[in-house]
Amino acid sequence: MEASVLPFTLPSLPEGWEAENSFKAIGKTTQGGTTQRTLEPVGPYFLAHARRARHKRTFSEDDRIQAQERAKKVEDNDDSEISEPEDPMMLQRDAKDWKTQDHYKVLGLSRYRWKATEEQIKRAHRKKVLKHHPDKKAAAGRADDDNFFKCIQKATEVLLDPVKRRQFDSVDEEADVEPPTKKQLAKGNYYKLWAHVFKSEARFSKVHPVPSFGDENSTKEEVENFYNFWYNFDSWRSFEYLDEDVPDDNENRDQKRHMERKNANARKKKKAEDNARLRKLLDDCSAGDERIKRFRQEANAAKNKKRLEREAAEKKAAEEARLKKEAEEKAAKEAEEKAKAEREASKKAKEAAKNAVKKNKRVLRGSVKDANYFVEGDASAATIDAVLGDVELIQGKIDADELAALAGKLNGLTVPDKIKGVWKSEVERLVAAGKLKEGEAKTLGA
Amino acid sequence: MADNGVKSGPEPSERTTIGITFGNSNSSIAHLVDDKAEVIANEDGDRQIPTILSYVDGDEYYGQQAKNFLVRNPKNTVAYFRDFLGKEFKSIDPTHNHASAHPQESGETVAFTIQDKEGEDAAPSTLSVSEVATRYLRRLVGSASEYLGKKVTSAVITVPTNFTDKQKAALIAAAAAADLEVLQLISEPVAAVLAYDGRAETKIEDKIVVVADLGGTRSDVTVLASRGGMYTILATAHDYEFAGFALDKVLMDHFAKEFMKKNSGASDPRENARSLAKLRLEAEATKRALSLGTNASFSVESLADGLDFASTINRLRYETIARTVFEGLNRLVGSAVKKAGLDVLDVDEVILSGGTSHTPRIAANLRYLFPQNTRILAPSTEPTAINPSELQARGAALQASLIQDYEAEDIDQSTHAAVTTVPHVTNAIGVISLNEAGEETFAPIVPPETAVPARRTVHLSAPNGGDVLVKVVEGNTHIKVTKPEPKAKENGDSKAAKVEDADDSDEDDSDFDDDEEEEEEKREKVWKIGSTLAEAAVKDVKKGGKVEVSITVNSDLSIIVTAREVGGKGGVRGTLTSA
Repeated sequence: MEASVLPFTLPSLPEGWEAENSFKAIGKTTQGGTTQRTLEPVGPYFLAHARRARHKRTFSEDDRIQAQERAKKVEDNDDSEISEPEDPMMLQRDAKDWKTQDHYKVLGLSRYRWKATEEQIKRAHRKKVLKHHPDKKAAAGRADDDNFFKCIQKATEVLLDPVKRRQFDSVDEEADVEPPTKKQLAKGNYYKLWAHVFKSEARFSKVHPVPSFGDENSTKEEVENFYNFWYNFDSWRSFEYLDEDVPDDNENRDQKRHMERKNANARKKKKAEDNARLRKLLDDCSAGDERIKRFRQEANAAKNKKRLEREAAEKKAAEEARLKKEAEEKAAKEAEEKAKAEREASKKAKEAAKNAVKKNKRVLRGSVKDANYFVEGDASAATIDAVLGDVELIQGKIDADELAALAGKLNGLTVPDKIKGVWKSEVERLVAAGKLKEGEAKTLGA
Repeated sequence: MADNGVKSGPEPSERTTIGITFGNSNSSIAHLVDDKAEVIANEDGDRQIPTILSYVDGDEYYGQQAKNFLVRNPKNTVAYFRDFLGKEFKSIDPTHNHASAHPQESGETVAFTIQDKEGEDAAPSTLSVSEVATRYLRRLVGSASEYLGKKVTSAVITVPTNFTDKQKAALIAAAAAADLEVLQLISEPVAAVLAYDGRAETKIEDKIVVVADLGGTRSDVTVLASRGGMYTILATAHDYEFAGFALDKVLMDHFAKEFMKKNSGASDPRENARSLAKLRLEAEATKRALSLGTNASFSVESLADGLDFASTINRLRYETIARTVFEGLNRLVGSAVKKAGLDVLDVDEVILSGGTSHTPRIAANLRYLFPQNTRILAPSTEPTAINPSELQARGAALQASLIQDYEAEDIDQSTHAAVTTVPHVTNAIGVISLNEAGEETFAPIVPPETAVPARRTVHLSAPNGGDVLVKVVEGNTHIKVTKPEPKAKENGDSKAAKVEDADDSDEDDSDFDDDEEEEEEKREKVWKIGSTLAEAAVKDVKKGGKVEVSITVNSDLSIIVTAREVGGKGGVRGTLTSA
């Protein structure tokens, strides 16, 4: 917080006020003069507080460090890239072997490699030149020590020319990431390890952006997209850099052409090898890719599910049809049996009725016989005939029920008068009903 | 980076950050343009996006579109769900969900049953409140991404001060499910203060701020000490009665009665769910109109029984019928100040935040409640005030931009209790100064409730020049109540300015100020000089010169005092060991 101006005036120093260094400590802050409270972790000033608290800085220390950091920003970038230590072996290199030198390492850019921007290369070059300029070496007493300086110049020449840089990047093995071994895969994260490989391979792509390898949660489309991209990889990688030197003297044109042809063939071969290598890389990767297995299983599961469902449905339909048929058959059989039973029952009932009628008729006839044909003494054959004839007549006039009723009345009666009375009332009933004419069945109705 | 998919959050350099206010009624999203926070309008052009999701025929609607479905499709519309996050069913208040999807118990959490798929016979799904929050946040982030033209990866989200750790965890989980990294959850009132302090023209000073966050379903008042740009919450008060919906209710009742009076025999529109929803929507619109103009119309087609209704209301009438609510809000603010152990005279600034703060009457009431030199930051009282509805989102966006370059781990460590919990001094530390009458008064340099370690530098005048005495003392305030006969007291302390106007107006809401207080008396804040800590001399100051005094209080309460003439060399430096 900057100084604020308060509208207060300070008193003058009293007479005779003396203190060492003009300062006198008198009191102490009030005991327990603080409350523990929680600061809201918000805002720029809290960030400053957090920074001080975490690094245990005082206000002035923090101010100084912050000021330094702010001031340093301009030159900050210069430092970081050159901070790589220089390999003493590299310093001994001969500039003639520039083909085998690692240009990035020479400029101290081995952390960046193909990612280094032109700006970075220029700056790195300048830094190295300032350090290794032959005149500086000469000043230090080592004249003609310009070998490494030439290396630097060559490296810059290659890296600042886009065509040459691509040629070098194509064969820059230091930037390659070896595919993970089985051992590594067993231990590490499969996706992370392979992602590193493809990230490094992606530098050769003519097409950008390159789809990322993703992780175990990637969707099917992402994974398919990734493999499609890589199986159709369009690479700018070329192998001119490894060409054998073509003699540039004009003496032997044949020799020159021969070399050129040889180089062209070598390039083609290497390119083919590289394509095969990438293909194998992809095959290896996809072979172990759990995601593909999972997607296949899921697809199979979906297909199987459909099939199983269909089969189940068919089975169910067949079962239902069978059950229905059985039920129908059963019903038909039952109906038949029932009809048969009914038929038999009715037959039996008819026979029983017939028997009852016969029995009743016997009772009727028996009753008149018990009543001795309503005469005293032996009944004459004519009387018996007449009585029985009347009995027959009445029997013929009444139906089975009335017959049964009549038999019921007569059954058990032995006294002739009573039997006679029954018969008489029956005849009267029949006459009243008009079934019998007055005077018919005289023997019974009299 | 190659291992992007494996890491939990995006790299700091690949983040696109926004600030989100995830409110119970409305939400906002904001981002930073040229160091200034701007609230983003969504596809519908809304900057306050209703926190509502609605499903119609399998289509998801959110914001204002979803809100309109409260009339026609209340069952499949989820509203007011923010406060249910991370809570058990038994501890939620479902009052506001009566006119939308009803919350249900679902295991440990709360859920809603919503028909969110297409088709008449599709089975309704049970969505947990986290799932609803995830879907809503996804829409918010989608709108922001569309506006910014790149995928938003991270956000700072504001939460109420009384959000529990469980609720915070639930919110972070819901955001993570929406593919959003939560950089930090910050308190809503603090976000509001930050929005004001983050303005380039704002000078950071020590002040006591009251943030009245008046929302749709709840009102939260927070008293905080802003000390050197660091904020410490001193007290909070929460209220679930006096909030925006209470004002809606007043208007609804008013117009429902008028409707029934105009159409004799018509049924009460408040008794029919659909009429009630229409009434509520229009009442809210009318309330908003009344915050801007002095007259507002209210018209609903086919309010009830197929009868249209149109009417107008003026602001005075509204303020009369809504008086109880306004008074309740006043009491709430007063109680929060009292809870912090402070007096209204101690308050330097009142920030009105939240949608309900647009109401002019509320700001006017607070104007009367606080002394005149207290700034009331509301649109109707301060022309430079920021739109209260946008404060929190802006604050969140500012905070997001501040911390977006830090690793998640760094943020965690910096917000750890070991860093945030610090001692705060209870007594002020200052120097003795002279007022015009030549009396000794206290000039506060480190005010009370300042977190230590703290450093303050001030310039004091020495008009007579020569040798001056810097006498460092402790100080404290008390409220001096003066009975009628006024004693001209000009000690230069601007905080002791007369508050006659405030007293007059206190008749309106005298229920706040101390009850024993009599009418004509004057209340002033007076600094009392405490024990002397140190003395230092600055010699040979030029006539009319200034003396710079710097006081650093360390965490162990030891004090370093330096004093020198402004522009001069050398100076005095001394250390006071702690007690």
